[in-house]
Amino acid sequence: MTIHQLSIFIENKAGTLVVILRQLKEAGIQLIASTISDTVDYGICRIICSEPVRAFETLRDAGVAVSLCEVIAVALDDEPGRAADAIGILSEEGISIAYLYSFLLGGKGVLVFRTDNNERALEALQRGKMDIIREKDLSKLAV
Amino acid sequence: MAYSNYFNPEETLDREGIERLQAERLRSTVAHCMGSGFYRKRFRDIGLSHEDIKTLDDLQKIPFTTKQDLRDTYPFGMASIPLSKCTRLHSSSGTTGNPTVILHSQKDLEQWANAVARCLWMVGCRPEDVFQNTSGYGMFTGGLGFQYGAELLGMLTVPAAAGNTLRQIKFFTDFGTTVVHAIPSYAARLHEVMCERGVDPRRDTKLRTLVIGAEPHSDQTRRRIENMLGVKAYNSFGMSEMCGPGVAFECPEQNGMHIWEDYYIVEIIDPVTLKPVPEGEVGELVLTTINREAMPLLRYRTRDLTRILPGECPCGRHHKRIDRIKGRSDDMIILKGVNIFPIQVEQVLVQFKELASDYLITLDTVDGSDYMTVEVELAGSNIDDYAALQTLERNITRMLRDEILVTPKVKLLPKGSIPQSEGKAVRVKDNRKQYQ
Repeated sequence: MTIHQLSIFIENKAGTLVVILRQLKEAGIQLIASTISDTVDYGICRIICSEPVRAFETLRDAGVAVSLCEVIAVALDDEPGRAADAIGILSEEGISIAYLYSFLLGGKGVLVFRTDNNERALEALQRGKMDIIREKDLSKLAV
Repeated sequence: MAYSNYFNPEETLDREGIERLQAERLRSTVAHCMGSGFYRKRFRDIGLSHEDIKTLDDLQKIPFTTKQDLRDTYPFGMASIPLSKCTRLHSSSGTTGNPTVILHSQKDLEQWANAVARCLWMVGCRPEDVFQNTSGYGMFTGGLGFQYGAELLGMLTVPAAAGNTLRQIKFFTDFGTTVVHAIPSYAARLHEVMCERGVDPRRDTKLRTLVIGAEPHSDQTRRRIENMLGVKAYNSFGMSEMCGPGVAFECPEQNGMHIWEDYYIVEIIDPVTLKPVPEGEVGELVLTTINREAMPLLRYRTRDLTRILPGECPCGRHHKRIDRIKGRSDDMIILKGVNIFPIQVEQVLVQFKELASDYLITLDTVDGSDYMTVEVELAGSNIDDYAALQTLERNITRMLRDEILVTPKVKLLPKGSIPQSEGKAVRVKDNRKQYQ
């Protein structure tokens, strides 16, 4: 029920990101969402994309410091308060969020996050009737 | 009260007197070394008898002793007297590699203190002075070495030890400190903090003499520090294998360091051919201790590069002068007075499975202080977690600090960032200008 995300370690230096993006481009991988957070010396670039396993192998084989992680993605109706509902479910269960980002896809809002316990988070979200996105749904939504 | 210019009569020996004393002490030292299992075997292996060593020229027959020998005989294999007759040991840092141990008898400690006292007396220290030592105490020989020497001379000593700069400055002003021992970068730091606190070293302190050593520095740096603090600064040379400080020291001429030849026989060799270099040329300093009891070392390769300064010194001492240390004939790094081998860093890094095998140590001088940066490459696991990366960075820093005794800045890099070199990997980039 989780989806794959690429987490890439990048140095805070001009030109490091584009090298990675070009490798994905050459492999014909399409980005769906991406985010970069940073510390003083380095950043983590997180990417949701088409064919994440192949994307991961491409980057890994090119020597990029990358890992393939599992994150939860929830589709929300594009109206006020839906994010609060989704996150409220987790907070009632005492589940913490490590990081979260969101994007719009096919008229829906998508929340992507990793929690300290993805399994319990998924169970709680299912009980709360949340629309949990599967990997194969991503490409459909994108249309 | 009128004092002599000299602390010991040996200081004023002429060349003939020095060499006669050296030959005598060499003979007795070599005979004494037969009490060491290490030297007994070494002599037997090449069919050499201690009785073959009669003159200073015979020294050439004796094989070199190296740091590796000290490591191989760790901890007590090099001792020439029973352990029960030893009263102290000093050991090099290092928990992963084999450290080295230097043993001292009570007489060795007294002789060591005498050598340090002689050095301090030479640059004008007298019992009326107040001596403050900013060296770390404990295993670092700059602490206890200067302490005992300064006490023997009769100064009031302030064993402030390392760190706590504000307290150091308070001691200067409150106790009327006149003589300070500090590594050059710390002397600069003291000045910086004095400025911040509105303390004028010329107006608010009685500082007059600074002893700087352990950290290679240029004459320019020395002049800068002298101007900052309003003192005369004298270069000091020593190493734990030779006791510690007190091996060689500048006289008031500030032109080369007199090496005490009643304690040591000096050779300068070509580190490749191992043959003596012509007088006055740069080579590796080789020292034979001729005044040690617990653990004499014969023809010890210091790995320090220097030269003998030609000519007579106007101060009247005939003990040879060595130039500032010009570098090393091995890969040892000297940072903040601490000796570090890149292999120590490597041995820490290999313990982290998160890291790839390449690393780069960079040394820089920022505002007069030296810093070490260790760049490491992530092997690629668990990159999604900032907290984990920061913990990793902290753990590497802590383990390196425990191993090398200075705190480096650890920098995580993506794999492949550190340039690959052909042949022998470049592990150290030294951007400091310490050997000028």
